[in-house]
Amino acid sequence: MKSPPFEYARAASLDEACALLQQHGDAAKLLAGGQSLVPMMAMRLLRPAWLIDIDEIAALKSVRVENDGVRTGAGARQVMLERDAALGARVPLLHQALAWVGHVQTRNRGTVGGSLAHADPSAELPLVAQLLGARLQLRSDKGERSLTASEFFVGPMTTALRPEECLEAIDWPAWLEPRVGSAFTEISARHGDFAMVSAAAQIALDGDGRCLRAALGLGGVGMTPLAFAALAARLVGARPSETDFDALARAAAAQCEPSDDLHASAAYRRHVARVLALRALREAHRDAERVR
Amino acid sequence: MSFRYIGRKARTKEDPRFVTGRGRFVADIALPGMKHVALVASPYPSARIVSIDTAAARAQPGVHYVLTGEEFCANTDPLLIGVDAPEVKRWALALGVVRYAGEWVAAVVADSRALAEDAAELVEVEYAPLPYVVDPEAALAADAPLVHPAHGSNVLYHRRFVWGEVEAAFAAAEHQVAFRAVWARNATVPIETFGVAAHWDAGTQLLDVWASIQMPKYPDQTARALRLPGNAVRVHFDVDVGGSYGVKRGIKHTALVGYLAKRLAMPVRLIEDRLENMRGGDMHGPDRFFDMQVAFDTDGTIRALKIRAVDDVGAYAGRSPLQLGKPVTAICGPYRIPAVEYQPTSVMTHKTPQEAVRGFGQSPTNFAIERAIDRVARHLGMDRIELRRRNLIRADEFPYTIPSGSTYDSGDYHAVLDKALAAIDYPALLRARDAARDAGRLAGIGIATCLEPSGGNSAFEVLFNTKNETTTWMDSCLVRVDLSGAITGVMNTSSSGQGHETLVATVVGEVLERDPATIRVVHADSLTALPSNSPVGSRMAIMLGGAAAGAARKIKAALLAIAAHNFECAAEDLEYADGDVRLKGAPEKKLSWAQLVTIAHRNIHKMPPGLEPGLQAKFVWEVPTGGGLPTPEGRIQIYPCYAFEAHLVYVEIDRDTGKPAIRRYVCGHDCGVMINPDIVHGMTYGGIAHGIGAALYEKFAYSAEGQLLAGSFMDYLIPGAQEVPALKIVDHCTPSPLTTFGQKGSGEAGYLGAPAAIANAVNDALDPLGVALERLPMSHPAIWERIAAAEKKS
Amino acid sequence: MSEALYPIRVEVNGVARTAQVHARLSLVDWLRDALRLTGTHVGCEQGVCGACSILLDGEAVRACLMYAVQADGHRVTTVEGLAAPDGTLSVLQDSFCATHGLQCGYCTPGLLIAAQALLDANPRPSEAQIRDAIGGNLCRCTGYQQVVEAVQLAAERLAGGGR
Repeated sequence: MKSPPFEYARAASLDEACALLQQHGDAAKLLAGGQSLVPMMAMRLLRPAWLIDIDEIAALKSVRVENDGVRTGAGARQVMLERDAALGARVPLLHQALAWVGHVQTRNRGTVGGSLAHADPSAELPLVAQLLGARLQLRSDKGERSLTASEFFVGPMTTALRPEECLEAIDWPAWLEPRVGSAFTEISARHGDFAMVSAAAQIALDGDGRCLRAALGLGGVGMTPLAFAALAARLVGARPSETDFDALARAAAAQCEPSDDLHASAAYRRHVARVLALRALREAHRDAERVR
Repeated sequence: MSFRYIGRKARTKEDPRFVTGRGRFVADIALPGMKHVALVASPYPSARIVSIDTAAARAQPGVHYVLTGEEFCANTDPLLIGVDAPEVKRWALALGVVRYAGEWVAAVVADSRALAEDAAELVEVEYAPLPYVVDPEAALAADAPLVHPAHGSNVLYHRRFVWGEVEAAFAAAEHQVAFRAVWARNATVPIETFGVAAHWDAGTQLLDVWASIQMPKYPDQTARALRLPGNAVRVHFDVDVGGSYGVKRGIKHTALVGYLAKRLAMPVRLIEDRLENMRGGDMHGPDRFFDMQVAFDTDGTIRALKIRAVDDVGAYAGRSPLQLGKPVTAICGPYRIPAVEYQPTSVMTHKTPQEAVRGFGQSPTNFAIERAIDRVARHLGMDRIELRRRNLIRADEFPYTIPSGSTYDSGDYHAVLDKALAAIDYPALLRARDAARDAGRLAGIGIATCLEPSGGNSAFEVLFNTKNETTTWMDSCLVRVDLSGAITGVMNTSSSGQGHETLVATVVGEVLERDPATIRVVHADSLTALPSNSPVGSRMAIMLGGAAAGAARKIKAALLAIAAHNFECAAEDLEYADGDVRLKGAPEKKLSWAQLVTIAHRNIHKMPPGLEPGLQAKFVWEVPTGGGLPTPEGRIQIYPCYAFEAHLVYVEIDRDTGKPAIRRYVCGHDCGVMINPDIVHGMTYGGIAHGIGAALYEKFAYSAEGQLLAGSFMDYLIPGAQEVPALKIVDHCTPSPLTTFGQKGSGEAGYLGAPAAIANAVNDALDPLGVALERLPMSHPAIWERIAAAEKKS
Repeated sequence: MSEALYPIRVEVNGVARTAQVHARLSLVDWLRDALRLTGTHVGCEQGVCGACSILLDGEAVRACLMYAVQADGHRVTTVEGLAAPDGTLSVLQDSFCATHGLQCGYCTPGLLIAAQALLDANPRPSEAQIRDAIGGNLCRCTGYQQVVEAVQLAAERLAGGGR
């Protein structure tokens, strides 16, 4: 399983990477952590004439924790986020999701941008991006543009990235309410495998336990990670109960479009989507209630 | 028996080189000018090869040759198979037709593996697809497409064995249960794929072969396939093998590489990549379903068993039909069952062939038997442990001959079971399970009491093929003491992690009373090796251990003879201690080890007449109780020794997702005397982990179109450290009366009982719902489907 | 098409190594074939089995998922770099021998790397943390039991003063 031949260029800056992308277009692929790309090269499922290595661009590796959220460079390694306590405090879902991503070796190399650009509908970081409504900054030789996660994720392994574009940074919004709880859960065949189904939830409560804001997302059960903003909004205004969570989970599961594969049937995925959505909501709620 | 070295905790000889990365695996060997092979494989499960155009591939820079079946099959002999089916021919490359998706059609030889893969993509093969069959029951139908038309059917082997008064027992029994148990196609899948390198020296007319091999008669079969005399092949048994557990019988890879090395006059190497390995390496394992019927009485006495076993071996035979034969050696498990009917059917389909997998068919059979036991208990409303107690052969009944003709040498199954029950604190475990159930959780305890036949007498070969009269299942060791007094043991086959060097050093050290740490053990090559049948069938502790002891005893006898001659006394008047020999009652009359060695090597004038100079001995011996041929009813003594396992597992299942969690695991294990406990325990832990894989995760799944879906490590799910829980082994020792130190074999331990125990645990957890799951692997979705079915019912 | 060569300079087990490599040459193949550091092994070439694990700038990564060109300017430690220069086994290596945490030895170098990285970051790991750290290293021989015991023993010995 040796990769097919390719030409290689190591970009020293994002400008240089974009210039190379402009030059080579479809014939080039970006190489960062390689955890998704290189296995596909080894299995000869991809044969780009050029690999543009962006893994040494320091500017892409920055992580900034701000008051209203976190900005991660697209090239930031997953392990860097895991080890950043301030980041974990500001956007806890990122840490909760990363615990499910592959194994130690995967996260030591894999980048945030790599996972998002790969856009596996069952992957953890894309689900968090979708759920939180992250903003993705895209750069090309011609300029910049900014997309929301839902604009970015177009289909399975497909994003709105144009051939000449490179992901530059991702803004992960924090919830500023004082009592916020979140949860991430998934089910996979073995620890670290691709999720059959994943679920993420985030809830903000007021001092009396009334829901101020809620978000629910499901991964592995559609063409892209799914976020149920409208459904989750129904929780706002009252003290959420188990019945509310159950109804929300059922509604979300009914809206999924899971498929069959070797490891799980669509029926199983739809059923488990409801189960995990409920568990994520419950856990996020409990997590919020713990905040005084 | 109390021992000085045997049975003591001791570091192994092998570990230091591996922890420093100084193992010598086949891919580590760089022969000057070596070329690399990549394979072109068929995308179709069944097709005629219309044409192969290699021109574009051959024109690539760095490419030396592209070999197809037309040339290869004309110049080499087909590989041997174990059953009488002369029309089922197999070569490394397809000839005229392809019979499974992944079958090798052409071999590209290039300066690097990368260039060979590039060129392999340019080989143009035109196929005309043919009908195919991938379901074994469909393959048995009269109108099924034939995998080997010349053979006339898809049945490679079928027989109905009836041992004892089976029909009478069924007629007289008060109860019966019948069910189907399905074992999924899985295999050992070692982390190192198969690899082989060969170099042909035209000057000496010798083919040197280095391979990741675990195979009896490998040098001989290599020579035969290449139409060379046996002494024109030299296999280097000192290559480290990265795990095998049965499957690494890469004779087809070797014939291919050997042919290329000779044909091209260049050293050639093939290291399977993982995709080639999974689909075309021909190392799948038993793919079997069992239709079980049990006849029993209200008091739990099991009167008879009927076992119909159908195994889908894929497109070629290999060793696999015989994997239905080995379980005959323990066909009724550890139970007192006087009558058994066994109907094995080996059927071909258009799938990857099987190879020998750890236990050689015993694990699936134990799984089916243990599920039957649990079903009997359920039918009677009897405690599963109590039912086993009543039917387990008792300690005072050994040696015990089972209906199919094998005699179990020794055992104390009740004692091992009791130890395991105590170790897991069974009463507390029951309370925990019941408390979990009261709290609404699905919880189950699994029990499996199984045999681990050992000693590797492959008498199933003659049982399944009356034209084959092979009854010699031997092993050997040579021990020499050099002029400096240092001891070297020579073993005559390869090793793949079983610690054979440590085994030999420990045994020789025990007999000669010399520190095993000072004893070096090396591997001969096939030109210098004594006869060996390789580490298969859990045989080496018995056979290599016995041979090492035998050789060491000859050396000890020689030392005593030298001393007796020099002291002018009888051997009985002497005392041997730590290699020194003293005259009893006259301790100043002593010849030290060093002095004796000097006499042996240098002082012929002090040697007793008739004793050869030097200090060395070889020992070659036949497996105990071996040498028999089957009766007309198919009764025969197969393996000599029987180790025993009692597994206890506690499982909880998430009722909403079907995900099982193994929370407690205890294995009671009796393999007689353990020569090195850490080695035995290590292999048992590994076998249990592999069994967890077979029970919950692993399957070579196929599509209806005959495509292997689980063809890489992303889809073939090997358990990692987070899937395998903490495991506990409790040892018991019932020595074998047949072996040198009472040791039984143990290389297949753990795997032979784990799938049964876990299947029983999951079913115990599902039992309150009134559903059962008799199909492996028990994936989360498969378990959930049963839970959902129960909820629908109610 | 003739493949271009790219210059690299990599510190491997403390020694600076320079080479001209094809872009598609994986890091594990370069270490094994060019540098003859055959202790690191190949099991799947798709980033699942972990047998190819090495330390890159001190972190455990899969060398089959990196191209040698990407290692330019970085520091690599392989299993051959774990023992002391005079050959004395590291506490971890010796602990693997003490508990017999290996059998065929094929996955062992990758396991040692993963375990060493764990102990470097977390000298007092729980059993769950050990299993998590080696969760990406597949072994078919050991069932992980004596491996976990080896890492626990190493942690104890290191806590007790490094012997």
